[in-house]
Amino acid sequence: MACLSHLSSPAFRPNHLGGAELLFSGQKEHHVTLPSQSEPWDMKQLLVWIQRNLLKERPELFVQGDSVRPGILVLINDADWELMGELDYQLQNNDNVVFISTLHGG
Amino acid sequence: MPILCSSCSEKRAVLKRPKTGHSLCKECFFWAFEEEVHQTIVAAELFKPKEVVGIAASGGKDSTVLAHVMKLLNERYNYGLQLMLISVDEGITGYRDDSLETVKRNQQQYELPLKIVSYEELYGWTMDAIVKQVGLKNNCTFCGVFRRQALDRGAIMLKVDKICTGHNADDVAETVLMNVLRGDIARLRRCTTISTASEGDGVVPRCKPLKYAYEKEIVLYAYFKKLDYFSTECIYSPNAYRGHARTFLKDLESIRPSSIVDIIHSGENLSVREGVKMPVQGTCTRCGYISSQALCKSCVLLEGLNRGLPKLGIGKHHRLHEKLLSQQPLTDNEERKLKSVDF
Repeated sequence: MACLSHLSSPAFRPNHLGGAELLFSGQKEHHVTLPSQSEPWDMKQLLVWIQRNLLKERPELFVQGDSVRPGILVLINDADWELMGELDYQLQNNDNVVFISTLHGG
Repeated sequence: MPILCSSCSEKRAVLKRPKTGHSLCKECFFWAFEEEVHQTIVAAELFKPKEVVGIAASGGKDSTVLAHVMKLLNERYNYGLQLMLISVDEGITGYRDDSLETVKRNQQQYELPLKIVSYEELYGWTMDAIVKQVGLKNNCTFCGVFRRQALDRGAIMLKVDKICTGHNADDVAETVLMNVLRGDIARLRRCTTISTASEGDGVVPRCKPLKYAYEKEIVLYAYFKKLDYFSTECIYSPNAYRGHARTFLKDLESIRPSSIVDIIHSGENLSVREGVKMPVQGTCTRCGYISSQALCKSCVLLEGLNRGLPKLGIGKHHRLHEKLLSQQPLTDNEERKLKSVDF
């Protein structure tokens, strides 16, 4: 699990759960401050940022095209991102983003 | 602005159900999920009161949720079942040994008896040793076959009447796709049945209470309930054929979430044309286990391993089984074919 946390403008805490932390050097929680910019950060930009700054290996296991690989669930403040506009959701201060991989044995 | 739960209209919705498209809050989701499993169990008459039921537990997400929900429903609806956990140790370092620690914790959390059976004690081979001989391509064949038998043996040791496994809707849909892709008509016809009848000595009937539960919901149920489970891919699985079906299914789900139950529905309603040759169920002449050939798959695979002929159980070498059974020596050519391995 990795948590991304924003402290100044937008602050959010990404968490990677369910094995996804292995793509991030085993680190489950990340407290992060995104660089400020004129427009608000959205999830689409966040994924690009994560890929550039946090993802340590095998990007194809996390992202596919503009979005996450099918099979990776995304929760924003403990709610399904499908309820919040998925890639279009605009991040707010102290948002908690969780990535859960479902792609493993049960 | 947060979306309200479509069921209670009071609380904030936390997930959108792939099956129905409904947005539900935590409590309504828990209720819907548990009730659907209950309906699956009741409609298919999976259990009878006083039965001893072995829950196949690996420490992974599906079996942990299965154990949790079975215990919950058994109490809520007085199924009258005696529940136990059965776990299989395939001998995969860095994967199974860790997940077994999770099962042991589950045993304490759910207060259920636990039996662990290992490939080492049953067959004399761990998966690590098998992969060294067989390579990385066909090892899942060994594991699947051995595990099925191992679960039965564990169940018999515990005097269990029935086994239930955590196979979910995604698993069943993947299996339907795999059998279509491989032209396996016999399996295609059988693979969507929710329970197996008793097929003879040494084989315990088994069922899939989570058959219609989406993997996404199982994961979210475990997450929101903060259930303790182990979550890494088996280190030998990347080359498994099922991976292709899984990737395809996940892409289908993202376009049309109902694909998963729809594929299961297709599988359930298939009928096989008359005149199609089907295997006949018999017993293994060596160990007595259920088999459609003279030797059951398990015996063939083991024979191959023990004689240094790893390809014996992979591909179609049925003629050679007769030779093996009658202890005739193999020709050099035959031995060479059975030894070559892809790494």
